[in-house]
Amino acid sequence: MATVAAVIASTHHPFYYRASTSTGADRPPFADEWVAKIEAFRETLTRARPDILVMVGSDHFHQLWLDNMPQFLVGKAPFYDANFYNEEREFGLPRMFVRGDEDLSGYLLRQGIDAGFDLAFSNELRIDHSITCPLITLRPEADLPIVPIYTNIFAPPLPQPKRFAELGKAIRQLVESWPSDKRVAIIGTGHLSLELGGPRQFGPHGPDPEFDRKAVGWIASGDLPAALAEVSLDSLWLPGNATHGFMDFMLMMGVAGENVKADYSDSLDLFHTMEAYFTWYPEAAA
Amino acid sequence: MSKYLLNKFLYTVDRDPDLVERYRADPIGTVAWWEAERANVILNLPEVERSTWLTFTDAEREALATHDFVKLFELGAHNFLTLTLFIAMFERDYDEPLGFQLEYARRLSHFSLPYPDIST
Repeated sequence: MATVAAVIASTHHPFYYRASTSTGADRPPFADEWVAKIEAFRETLTRARPDILVMVGSDHFHQLWLDNMPQFLVGKAPFYDANFYNEEREFGLPRMFVRGDEDLSGYLLRQGIDAGFDLAFSNELRIDHSITCPLITLRPEADLPIVPIYTNIFAPPLPQPKRFAELGKAIRQLVESWPSDKRVAIIGTGHLSLELGGPRQFGPHGPDPEFDRKAVGWIASGDLPAALAEVSLDSLWLPGNATHGFMDFMLMMGVAGENVKADYSDSLDLFHTMEAYFTWYPEAAA
Repeated sequence: MSKYLLNKFLYTVDRDPDLVERYRADPIGTVAWWEAERANVILNLPEVERSTWLTFTDAEREALATHDFVKLFELGAHNFLTLTLFIAMFERDYDEPLGFQLEYARRLSHFSLPYPDIST
């Protein structure tokens, strides 16, 4: 059976690429500290020696649109082109190209559907910065095959937080039951409190530092019951109007396992958002 | 209310560099053209298989034609779509980094929770 070599959850900040590659007067004052934290975080994936990356993210109205909106979608394609004109325009993100792993995609789809998740699929998916940002931070060579999994945290009606957590648990079980000798890292990115296109956007910190403090505590300690008890689709509007991206963190808490403490956690208070980085090593716990 | 159509306008303009510039330079003309020619095109279908029923309300048309992102927020246009397109059009007019984004926030500062509903 396949090995879950690492479980990784983080924020995805589209400005990291530009901040980390800028020089001279263009380089923001926080860039060096940010790069140092990312490089330490990257090492947590590198040392897990993964062969394949399962990557959970959310399309930001790029390929997926309101005339046909899936709640959970698994990419099943041999290759994925990545990043879009408007991400190049706003964030300076490069166009990318990564291989897929159709065997694992197919396994997750068949077994996931049979386990009660009516997963949508795509045989031609262009992935966006929710998946390319963690590639840039964690595996900038982008040399490993991926299985992209998209969640709808963006276009209401959304699935319930509990469903994200349940899907995360199922993904963990399915990867562990995949008949393969491969080492699979499961990586997912979301947000802590975040406001986009609202009155609280782009402040000196995230819009709700108290929520962020609690959320980091839930994730680092694996306290999924506490997160589920406190978070609802309605309550997530309060910390910021884009905070439903926290449900991808809840999915990853499901992957990591209830009450399983993260082996690595770090955060960085930036303008606009709190960045947070977590890694679990299931092998060490087994 | 046709929040879906507002979003469709923002989405289809934002993904096309020529349309972004056209909408910046001529909002009234671009909105009129788009509503007449593009509003009913289903994005994953040949143009002949178009819808027949999508139109803006007067308030929606006016908000788009005047670049009124505050009104779009009030009408429940998707916050991400509006922000992304308006950054593309107007960030360039501000000298300071995030100048437009902070002005955008300031112009919305009279809104309190709960914000207008964006569900479609």
